Amino acid sequence: MIDFLKRFSRNRGGLIGLIILLTVVLLAIFAPLIYPDSPWKMVQRPFLPPFTMDGFPLGTDTLGRDVAAGLVHGARVSLIVGLVSTMVALLIGVPLGAFAGFYGGLVDDGAMRFTEFFQTIPNFALAIVLVAIMEPTLPTITLAIAIVSWPPVARLVRAEVLSLRKREFVDAARLTGLSNTRILFGHILPNAMSPIIVMASLMVATAILLESSLSFLGLGDPNIMSWGYMIGAARTVIRSAWWLSFIPGVAILLTVLALNLIGEGLNDALNPRLARKGR
Amino acid sequence: MKPVLSIRDLAISLPPGADRAYAVQNVTFDLNAAEILCVVGESGSGKSMTANALMGLLPDQVEVTCGEAEFEGRDIMALPDAERRKLRGDRIGMIFQEPMTALNPLMRIGDQIAEVFEAHNRHTPTERREKSLALIGEVGLPDPDKIIRAYPFQLSGGQRQRAMIAMALALDPAILIADEPTTALDVTTQAQILDLIKTIQQRHGMAVMFITHDFGVVAEIADRVIVMRYGEIVEQGSSNEVLEAPQHDYTKALLQAIPTDHVPTPEPVTAPPVLEVRNLRKTFVTSGGFFRPKRSVTAIDGVSFTIARGEVLGIVGESGSGKSTVGRAIVRLVEADSGEVILDGEDMNLLSADQLRSARRRVQMIFQDPYASLNPRKKILHALSEGPIVQGVPREKAHARARELLEIVELDAGAADRYPHEFSGGQRQRIGIARALAMDPDLIIADEAVSALDVSIQAQVLALLRDLQERLHLSLMFITHDMRVAAQLCDRVAVMQHGKLVEIGPVQDVFLSPQAEYTRNLLAAVPGTDWRKGAA
Amino acid sequence: MTIAVAILARAAKAAITLLLIVILNFFLIHAAPGDPAMVMAGEAGAADEQFLQQLREQFGLDQPLYVQFWHYVSGVLQLDLGYSYRQQMPVLDLILDRLPATLLLTLTAFGMSLLLGIIFGLAAAARQGKWSDTAITSMALLFYATPLFWVALMAVVLFSVYLGWFPAFGYGTVGAGLNGFDLLLDRLRHLFLPALTLGLFFMAVYLRMTRSSVLEVSQMDFVKTARSKGLAEGTIRRRHILRNALLPVVTLAGLQAGQLVGGAVLTETVFAWPGIGRLMFESLTARDYNTLLGVFLVSAAMVIVFNIITDIAYRLIDPRI
Repeated sequence: MIDFLKRFSRNRGGLIGLIILLTVVLLAIFAPLIYPDSPWKMVQRPFLPPFTMDGFPLGTDTLGRDVAAGLVHGARVSLIVGLVSTMVALLIGVPLGAFAGFYGGLVDDGAMRFTEFFQTIPNFALAIVLVAIMEPTLPTITLAIAIVSWPPVARLVRAEVLSLRKREFVDAARLTGLSNTRILFGHILPNAMSPIIVMASLMVATAILLESSLSFLGLGDPNIMSWGYMIGAARTVIRSAWWLSFIPGVAILLTVLALNLIGEGLNDALNPRLARKGR
Repeated sequence: MKPVLSIRDLAISLPPGADRAYAVQNVTFDLNAAEILCVVGESGSGKSMTANALMGLLPDQVEVTCGEAEFEGRDIMALPDAERRKLRGDRIGMIFQEPMTALNPLMRIGDQIAEVFEAHNRHTPTERREKSLALIGEVGLPDPDKIIRAYPFQLSGGQRQRAMIAMALALDPAILIADEPTTALDVTTQAQILDLIKTIQQRHGMAVMFITHDFGVVAEIADRVIVMRYGEIVEQGSSNEVLEAPQHDYTKALLQAIPTDHVPTPEPVTAPPVLEVRNLRKTFVTSGGFFRPKRSVTAIDGVSFTIARGEVLGIVGESGSGKSTVGRAIVRLVEADSGEVILDGEDMNLLSADQLRSARRRVQMIFQDPYASLNPRKKILHALSEGPIVQGVPREKAHARARELLEIVELDAGAADRYPHEFSGGQRQRIGIARALAMDPDLIIADEAVSALDVSIQAQVLALLRDLQERLHLSLMFITHDMRVAAQLCDRVAVMQHGKLVEIGPVQDVFLSPQAEYTRNLLAAVPGTDWRKGAA
Repeated sequence: MTIAVAILARAAKAAITLLLIVILNFFLIHAAPGDPAMVMAGEAGAADEQFLQQLREQFGLDQPLYVQFWHYVSGVLQLDLGYSYRQQMPVLDLILDRLPATLLLTLTAFGMSLLLGIIFGLAAAARQGKWSDTAITSMALLFYATPLFWVALMAVVLFSVYLGWFPAFGYGTVGAGLNGFDLLLDRLRHLFLPALTLGLFFMAVYLRMTRSSVLEVSQMDFVKTARSKGLAEGTIRRRHILRNALLPVVTLAGLQAGQLVGGAVLTETVFAWPGIGRLMFESLTARDYNTLLGVFLVSAAMVIVFNIITDIAYRLIDPRI
């Protein structure tokens, strides 16, 4: 563990990512304290440019709403949807991949055909259809993103389990009379954790991109301020007030970039041998 | 004799953070024309690094820091890269250890050979093709017209190594460097490749630098020998001198560590059998798909034998003989198609999954790969006590027993609280033995348990196994590809080929008067047989 | 297995997948809240009770589910994707009308991203550890993290609003009456920004894969063999490393096809590009579910065709399969 922290802290990109992400997380957590008013509330005249009036550092949008407040509140949706949908996707993908890899044969065939099928469907299009049909709310958006994100997890876990289950220490565990469940959860999956953790951090990033894309198209929860919605709402005034689209986009970019940097840092720290090879 | 290549005071540095500063130091030797020089050493001795330095193929961050190598009037270490490239494949050829990965999987064999001519701008494409065909014939590959169009995956390991030799020979180099070229091959294939290298060396009058860890191979082909340890030369001399009258202690230790054909006199087996295998069969079928045909391989083809209590039965055979599958079928890591595995009167194959879990204690295995046989995330104590605890032994007792076992296999009890990566290969193999003993089994199956180890470590682990077997009166089934190892440890030996048991009997009978032709071939193919017979 | 048999097997698999998607589509229609008739008519439409009743009878929505299911599936198999009451046109006609624009956009973006991704990936791998490698990989990381629709908007701001180099939207200049070379040039000028912004993300994906794959293959034994033959580094890179390193890139390109089609929805929306992605957005805002699901089905079919093509490409490179 200490080794791991040491290795991670040696990765400059990972540290930068961590700092950015922590900032976003803190803003999200303390959003109700920093901007107690609803981000939907009109507080000033519309189209106030950034850095022109005290108290409204980022100006106001087309309806006179505070952009900074929207940004801070929007961080909450992005992070929650990113985290929860990733966890749901892991809950689908990890067991499916683990059982497919561990039991092989028909279980594997069935599970992998199922996964391939979901991988064939264009995932953003499926997400659009699902959210459109289920009505856009925070839970349905999260679920839709989870449904389109699990197949790579299943494939990764299956590949890991397939290679681990042929290791001799698994045979040895079997010979001591351990049950399949204990072998899978006690011996195989712990050894597959590193790549799963790395993938999960990258999935949060992808989920945030998906969520913002959906809100951009107008498929966000109508009661919750989000970055994608802010860009979508400002799209019509792109010629006169480009910054209204620019600012939330930078927020998305930074958050997603931070998660990617952390993912790479984790990868280097968790798989030191691989990292050295790649360098 | 005039040397083709003389190396003076060679040193190769390792990148910072490696376990030592130099891969190779103070290395000085000559390679004479038309001789085979064997460079012998265990892993980490620097023998391969020396070869790669000569070729100019050292990995990144590994550099020649001093020394020279005079070849055809020039110091090749001082040549610019472009000049060294011209030497490679033209004046100096090289073959490698792993024929399975040394060829480009996407290119036809013929193209990979013809490429050597192209790299040095020799001949027209048509001539290149003809020369390639001739080379394929010369290295003894069947049906050159077919081979030239084949992809590597269509060839066996031995055939691929022949194709590699053809490439190295293409421009008739003055020196051939062979880096453990037979280590990955079966013993009969190894004998053929050694023959081929010798024939070609004589026909072309080449100098061969042959790197190996196996003194048997040395006895088979070497004119002169260099012994290396920790990056330095400890001894060099003619093959006879080094093998018959070694001067350095390390050479003596290495030679002593080699399992000999000196067959021990086993006690006649009188005890009742602990295991009886009857007519065991297993065929692996790869599932066909929509348009994919099913493929089947018969791994075990009606095998029957018994192991008496306190007996060591060796199962020998080449890869693909089904010897490992037999071991795995006995413990039901592989489910046999039919046949009986009777342990103390009970047929293991008839047990339900639940019954099997508690019966598994009775047969334990020691595995081949010391790096894969221990869970990297669990401490040694866990590895040694998890099994007994699952079987109902109280935790305290299991832990105490685990520490005791560590001492029995000659590790200190503190090892219990450490993780596998803190141990060397040989130590891990001891832990593997302790883990098997922890279950207090009726029978232990050792599947190539010493094959991955260096000779000197191998000797220690074998000694430990022999000692434990005698002291604890263990019943042991010892699966190995190495006839010499089998001769050392076993009371009886069974020889397998293509899933069948071709011969079984007391160790002297099988080794001294083999009945089956296959056994005779196998024994004849063991490198260095004549040398050891002379010594015995 | 010969290529012909392989393609046949692949086509059979594709047919099954497509059928499953059709079935999924049917259940999606029925999963929508409310009456499927209302879904079909579009909720906000002039859906008076009489019209809905008429729809129910016409499509047999008053019949048991399995009958409806059969009607739907057999309909789709006869290329009947339903009727868009919003646009007053059969859905299939709508889609076929828009498909060429999408194909033009996605194929251009795909080709561009693959080519640039491989070239930059090779360049980065060749300069591993140097500052140019760092610059290229940082650029890739940045594109990888940029929301597609946002980069499209910013491209509009920069290249059309401020610089005025490229048109901000559309498929061609309306009413200009261009022909010949001018028409082509006009089309290319309109295509440039959408294809570029759609391709950036995928370029980053292929770049990263190419780089890591080249570095991995460079460590392999057969590359050492090639060196021992005295081949020049350039030849080794071209003949031995590149081909082997491209295999995982081709696999990835196949897997990414679905994302490309999904990305087209966003790009076409921003640039008012008259393809099926834009159609999807329009049907979304109009709650025209028949069209929405029709586009979904066709985009899935596009991915399947694309996957077959990458499969064949893989087979052509790798003799082992």
